[in-house]
Amino acid sequence: MDDLMLNQFLLLSAILFSAGVYGVLAKRNAVIVLMSIELILNAVNINLVAFGAHNGTIVGSVFALFVIAVAAAEVGVGLAIVLLIYRNRKSVDLDEVAQMKG
Amino acid sequence: MVAQNIFFYVIAAVMAFSAIRVVTVKNVVHAAMYLVLVLAGVAAQYILLASEFLAATQVLIYVGAIVVLVLFGVMLTRAKLGQDVNLTNDYWYVGAFTAVILFALLATSLLDQFGDEPLDQANAETQLVGNTEQVSDAIFGAYVVPFEAVSVLLLAALVGAIVLARKD
Repeated sequence: MDDLMLNQFLLLSAILFSAGVYGVLAKRNAVIVLMSIELILNAVNINLVAFGAHNGTIVGSVFALFVIAVAAAEVGVGLAIVLLIYRNRKSVDLDEVAQMKG
Repeated sequence: MVAQNIFFYVIAAVMAFSAIRVVTVKNVVHAAMYLVLVLAGVAAQYILLASEFLAATQVLIYVGAIVVLVLFGVMLTRAKLGQDVNLTNDYWYVGAFTAVILFALLATSLLDQFGDEPLDQANAETQLVGNTEQVSDAIFGAYVVPFEAVSVLLLAALVGAIVLARKD
């Protein structure tokens, strides 16, 4: 237990990913669902950087940067959509947004 | 090396606790605060992985920008501040079951595949040159086309968000 292990980072990222999946599936507040998606994306980033360090390449960090940029775009558009839903329905409860239900 | 391990486990414990609190706490603002802890912890892990440029980017973009955006979202959707509401839907146990099974699968397969492989940080190039120079060389060298595509994507997302959220 002297050196850092690859598995430490991968298991930490698995915890973050599972918490994010639970949040996306179980939460009814749209803002919290967006936060859970951020958790999932951060878990992926930790994996990318850890594998990059493991293989001695910089490509993992570059891809993590791209993921951060896409996450920023995603949360901007996502919050605009949530705001629109709130304006139209006075609520961000995802259980009530069911107009397209068959 | 032992110091690195101690730092890793302290930060990882805080991150795991906060990540679980983000999705279990009953107050939206508290969830956002726990999210700040998780994101700052991720930045600390990047430093442990010798990616200082990525750590700075993480603090600037996630802790600086995205969390503020999320807090604006909380404010504008009038989530009752300081008040506990039921944030979980009726099928939360299905989500909990899925998350636990997923974590068990991931953990067993990761332990099986990577066992106790050390994280190879003795890469001479990384130590000498420094991470930021390497990242900039890669972005403006081999990955310049994806980089420009991401710029266009950000512009498109910006315009889209303004068009969506504009009043009228």
